[in-house]
Amino acid sequence: MATVELRFSAQPEHVRTARLVAAAVARRAGVEEAVLDEVRLAVGEACSRAVGLHRGNGLTAPVRVVLTEEEKVFSIEVGDEVPGPAGGSVDGVAGIDVVLDPDIEGEDEMGLAVISGLVDDVEVTSGESGGTIRMSWPVSGTSALP
Amino acid sequence: MDLSLSTRTVGDRTVVEVGGEIDVYTAPKLREQLVELVNDGSYHLVVDMERVDFLDSTGLGVLVGGLKRVRAHEGSLRLVCNQERILKIFRITGLTKVFPIHTTVEDAVSATD
Repeated sequence: MATVELRFSAQPEHVRTARLVAAAVARRAGVEEAVLDEVRLAVGEACSRAVGLHRGNGLTAPVRVVLTEEEKVFSIEVGDEVPGPAGGSVDGVAGIDVVLDPDIEGEDEMGLAVISGLVDDVEVTSGESGGTIRMSWPVSGTSALP
Repeated sequence: MDLSLSTRTVGDRTVVEVGGEIDVYTAPKLREQLVELVNDGSYHLVVDMERVDFLDSTGLGVLVGGLKRVRAHEGSLRLVCNQERILKIFRITGLTKVFPIHTTVEDAVSATD
């Protein structure tokens, strides 16, 4: 069962809230203090991407963030509801050439590039019911005291 | 924390001091500021990021957009940043090869290469 589940309407102003919640839950789960910045940035990137996808496709459905604390791992799943190629795994993160191409905005691709650069354990999938970015971090095993 | 922006002129350079969080919500404000400066004829920009607490790829996209705009006028866009957690994002995305990054505003303002 998820430790904390968050759903927010696909508005840019709520991404900060998702970052704060994710970092707070990660800290409690025992993710190292030095890694919390990465958690905050990665979840922000994943949520920004989902918000962009929902808005770009005119979806009113909320973005879903599932934070799960397990014995040795803390994982975050960010889900959008924009259908993609069924069973597909999204790879081929854009390089810097794409980002600098004057005709391409490239922010979405750069978001994935940041996530891939930050998180060792990351899985990006897409299917008929939407896409998911799943990321996880090791935990030290001793949760922060209340 | 929201985004704070202030600009000042040093010689032929315009220094944009940015503070707070640059993310998907606040980045459009930075974009507007950079576009406005270029439209007003400021083509040599120094973006001081010492008071930035958070930067994501949307913010990077805005900076890249600013760089493209000043380059169209043979201008420059230099960054000032000493914060490791912010510099890391530039390294991950390979943008350290794209932006000149200085340790002080004075350095950035006097740089000519």
